[in-house]
Amino acid sequence: MLRVKKFMYVNRHAPHGTIYALEGLEVVLIGAAFDQDVSMAFIGDGVFQLKKGQDTTDSDIKNFSPTYRALGDYDVTQLYVERESLEERGLAIGDLMDLTWEDEEDDWAEKPSIRVVNRQELSDLLETQDVILNF
Amino acid sequence: MKFSIMVNEGPYTHQASDTAFNFTKAALEAGHEIFRIFFYHDGVNNGTRMTIPPQDDRHVVNRWSELAEQHGLDMVVCVAAAQRRGILDADEAKRNGKDGDNIAPGFRISGLGQLIEAGIQADRLLVFGD
Repeated sequence: MLRVKKFMYVNRHAPHGTIYALEGLEVVLIGAAFDQDVSMAFIGDGVFQLKKGQDTTDSDIKNFSPTYRALGDYDVTQLYVERESLEERGLAIGDLMDLTWEDEEDDWAEKPSIRVVNRQELSDLLETQDVILNF
Repeated sequence: MKFSIMVNEGPYTHQASDTAFNFTKAALEAGHEIFRIFFYHDGVNNGTRMTIPPQDDRHVVNRWSELAEQHGLDMVVCVAAAQRRGILDADEAKRNGKDGDNIAPGFRISGLGQLIEAGIQADRLLVFGD
């Protein structure tokens, strides 16, 4: 039996201009079945993936942003958002979706999935990973 | 060292597939093991046998097929990404009522679980893309 590995999915693209975010999310959802230690990072334009109130009606591109709300149910509960990337784009955590997960160990208490970290902290987190997938 | 390789861009538009190929070849020549090569996003377009590049240029697809044959490589094209982009093997073509398939020799179509497994099994997973 191989040891559990630390997987980090690093999201660098805005949600709808390219397919990277959507197909990246598909990897995260499939990967959740493998019982590894999973986290996601959102840097650069990737922070736009978590923005509240996305509406793709006029572009006729699928709005997959509600899928991020399901991540908690897949035990994907660590979403790191880089503070500098938010600030550079005029965003604050209040502009992001309110994503939560239920902690089985704590009487199913609802806890936030998004953690804002600075660039150095994210760099340190990347150092600790076994597998990093960039999307 | 046991490597897995992920290729995220198609042939010619981006260098990613060339770099992944050169890395894979060099790693094999140096005696390393390649557990799997996984093609995702537009990278699935490396797996069509229908490409016809000019004769004075490299043939990206054939080069992968030949390397796979020489070394018994496991080259997997993601089924969901492939269906979006029209990459089909005979089974997928039949299942989806299409009139032909186009998968190149040495490639097989399978699911994303193969990518996660490649990450778990290998010492290093290298991602080639933009």
